[in-house]
Amino acid sequence: MTPFKPVLLEAVGVPDGHSITSYKSRGGYAPLEKVLAEKQPVDVIEMVKSSGLRGRGGAGFSTGLKWTFLPKDHPGPIYLCVNADESEPGTFNNRILMEDDPHQVIEGIILSSYATRASTAYIYLRYEYPHSWHRLQAAIDEAYAAGYLGTNIRGTSFSLDIYLHRGAAAYICGEETGLIESLEGKRAWPRIKPPFPAIEGLFRKPTVVNNIETMACVAQIARRGVDWFKSIGVPADPANPRDPGSYGPKLYCLSGHVEKPGCYEAPLGITARQLIDEFGGGVWKGRKAKAVIPGGISMGLMTESELDTPLDFAGPGKVGCLGLGTAAVVVIDDQTSIVDFLHNSCRFFAHESCGQCTPCREGTSWSLRMLERIKAGKGRLKDLDLLLEIGQTMGMMPGSTICGLADGAAWPIKNAIKKFRGEFEDYIKRTNPSGWMVTDPVPALQIVGAH
Amino acid sequence: MPVVIVDGQEIEIGADERLNCIEAARRAGKEIPHYCWHPGLSVVASCRMCLIETGSRDAATGKITMVPKLVPGCQTPVKDGTVIVTESQTVIDSRARVEEALLIDHPIDCPICDKAGECLLQDYHFEHGQAERRADLHPFTSRKRDVGPTVTLFVDRCIMCTRCVRFTREVSGTGELMVTSRGAKEEIDVFPGFPLDNKLAGNVVDLCPVGALGDKDFLYQQRVWFLKREANVCGGCSAGCSIHTEHNQDTVYRLKPRENPHTNKWWMCDDGRYGWHHLHDQSRVLAAGRRRDPGRNGHGAPADAFDAVEWADVTTRLRADLKAAGRLAVAVSPMLTVEEAWMLCAVARSIDPEAFLAVGHVPTVGADETFPGGFTIRAEKCPNRKGVEAVVALFDPASRSWGDLLAHVEAGNADAAWITGGYPGPWIDDATASPFANLACVVVQDLFDSPLTKHATWRLPAAGFAERAGTWVNVAHRAQSFGQAIKPPAGVWPEGRLFWNMLGRRGLYDPVAVRQQIAGSSAALAALAGEIPATGVDLRAGQLA
Repeated sequence: MTPFKPVLLEAVGVPDGHSITSYKSRGGYAPLEKVLAEKQPVDVIEMVKSSGLRGRGGAGFSTGLKWTFLPKDHPGPIYLCVNADESEPGTFNNRILMEDDPHQVIEGIILSSYATRASTAYIYLRYEYPHSWHRLQAAIDEAYAAGYLGTNIRGTSFSLDIYLHRGAAAYICGEETGLIESLEGKRAWPRIKPPFPAIEGLFRKPTVVNNIETMACVAQIARRGVDWFKSIGVPADPANPRDPGSYGPKLYCLSGHVEKPGCYEAPLGITARQLIDEFGGGVWKGRKAKAVIPGGISMGLMTESELDTPLDFAGPGKVGCLGLGTAAVVVIDDQTSIVDFLHNSCRFFAHESCGQCTPCREGTSWSLRMLERIKAGKGRLKDLDLLLEIGQTMGMMPGSTICGLADGAAWPIKNAIKKFRGEFEDYIKRTNPSGWMVTDPVPALQIVGAH
Repeated sequence: MPVVIVDGQEIEIGADERLNCIEAARRAGKEIPHYCWHPGLSVVASCRMCLIETGSRDAATGKITMVPKLVPGCQTPVKDGTVIVTESQTVIDSRARVEEALLIDHPIDCPICDKAGECLLQDYHFEHGQAERRADLHPFTSRKRDVGPTVTLFVDRCIMCTRCVRFTREVSGTGELMVTSRGAKEEIDVFPGFPLDNKLAGNVVDLCPVGALGDKDFLYQQRVWFLKREANVCGGCSAGCSIHTEHNQDTVYRLKPRENPHTNKWWMCDDGRYGWHHLHDQSRVLAAGRRRDPGRNGHGAPADAFDAVEWADVTTRLRADLKAAGRLAVAVSPMLTVEEAWMLCAVARSIDPEAFLAVGHVPTVGADETFPGGFTIRAEKCPNRKGVEAVVALFDPASRSWGDLLAHVEAGNADAAWITGGYPGPWIDDATASPFANLACVVVQDLFDSPLTKHATWRLPAAGFAERAGTWVNVAHRAQSFGQAIKPPAGVWPEGRLFWNMLGRRGLYDPVAVRQQIAGSSAALAALAGEIPATGVDLRAGQLA
């Protein structure tokens, strides 16, 4: 495979690469000026649509298509919300973009706002990113000073203000309607749909919510063209009419038990094994991988034998994972207990469940309690069936919750039990030789809070 | 007409009705269990108890396409061809799982919970839950805290339906309640220093589907299965909220709002809700009495000043006294029912054909208070001014007020007065009462003694709102009929019974007969003929044309 030259990450390692001068010297903002001078908003939408760009936030919905859902002749205002609440465990690609090349993101935001006719954009930034906060704010100030933001940008009738909003550290704020509620100053409980944000979103106005990396991709599409973007990635599977293909470069966050963890840019469709071996220097300490999380903890688990799965939008789903998610690849080596992994996962989701829908609120906490007990040597085989039932019935796909984050909490449970049931059974029988076969309710442990 | 298919049964709904699946299924006699949904509040679809299967029937081919997952019935509107399945195995399993989830952290302290017996968690668990507990057993705590002067929150019983939170945001507009923390640790709470203290606060207790919110006034007073309920109307103000008076052995324990789209929707105010305690006040006038000293002035305690008179004698002696005194002035209290007011007027005119008839004192406090949700507490603190005015106008078109009556008495144009009251609190001062000292005969018929009692020749008890039967007409001309919820205390005849007997009618007081007689004699009150539905009738109906 020919080495792929990073595009989204080209500023990484460049001295002062986050400044506007550096960005412009790399060709930045010229495409924006060209678009503002020559193109109509519909042309930009058409450009993004034909590029096949799919949202990088996790669900992989076509960005251009999402923009077309906005009402055609709405008097406004229309809002663009940029989701930088990067809270999926293992994910840090937005952070790299915001810290090392904030102007790429801002140019993407300006282009997207122009396309969607939004005159206000909000960046919802994760609380735990103070460095991104400073870099991004400095870059916004630079963009204002250079006349790329404000009223009548570049002498056109297009005006845009970008507000940087810092969240308060809640996973649920990464759900698009949770994010909108939070921006409105409310408790971040995801909204019921319909109406979808494109019709009634922030402050009850049409709203588009896009990810930071999507914005960077929009900037690159404007600079390098649709053909360049489509030349990278995996075309649509003709056998699957619902697969629109996975095009463009993608930032993979490789972490866990690898030699060289980091954020790597690769064409969509690289396999997990290639990513680990070619970019990550292989599993650490010469060990073998036991399992790999394909795209953030909520996407579930791939086993060692499934590592040749291409990490595009369709790939992980074929091996029972939820999807590509945020492309945060976490490697778990063969010395690690999958029970520990699942316990950690359940602890995270029990802590982060927003508590709105009964199945997720109680399901996540119940599964944590069971894993606490299993880890304390009081597990029962029956617990595995209960965990599996929780995993299979909780979420938007079975219809039992409002938002998809419950699916994300369910998938690791479901995958871990299904793919590693033997290890769970061994663990339970080994640690609880006298009680593993009990089926009656057992006394609960005194539970220690997640934090 | 749009057709909705509920479990295979086709039902028609109105062409422009906007129903959700729960409402549509109810039309077909199917109850879809739900906690968080309430018709008077916004839809959050968070409890997930109402999950059902839906689909649509193609109008042309008749082919049914189902949605491949469960959907919340509360959030899903129905239209022509909507298919609702409420009894499939998937739905049944889903309900059982939600019930199981809700009980994981619930203390199941039904034996000491006030809600037991009227608790949705109990009812639904019995109907949809599973008998076996699969979650771990852990000792439950029973934490409670005050969230306001009238409401206690039992934290662990809460199932987080957020009905109460939405009520304070959407209906009372006060927003005291909120959700704190996250996930399974979340709780309802108030912000420190901002307790749940508004005039509609009691409604959150009605809304609570479980025993999490307790009404301090009712807490531990009575087991709900001992309570009997009578459809009644609140007498607190002229809004005429439909209520249920819940009582046992002639003691009222609480009032609950009764759904009525024309008056109070689902709510009632705390003034009304707790406004029944005067019924059981020991200082009520409990016997009919005639003043011992005919001079009447300067007299001690009522017990010493009045001789008790048997009710059988009251009817004749009262008539004789008033007839002897001469020119009669009558205050027809707006606390009386339409029937009582009509009979009083008839009695008065039978004693003195020229009797001066006026609507009694209309108590007013402040101004009408409307809440963001549309609920209005009226300034006029009597339930039946409109009805009494209409009745008095039948006898005397001059439509005189209490002020006119006072002027009439002051001018020396009356020799006798009959003041009906029934007011739950003080309503007249010494100065206002003083002109009555000069009359030959004063009949005071009220719940409590007042400055008027000093001048009374006859001191008669009145009935409280739950002890009356008849019809009240609210500020918006809506007439609601109700029956007697509890018997008045021993020794008290409700006004209707006295008037009935004074008119020489036979048998027991029959408000329906009186009402129909009124309706027959008056175009303005013609709507009172026939059966009055539970939600009342608009007196203006049929008159507009």
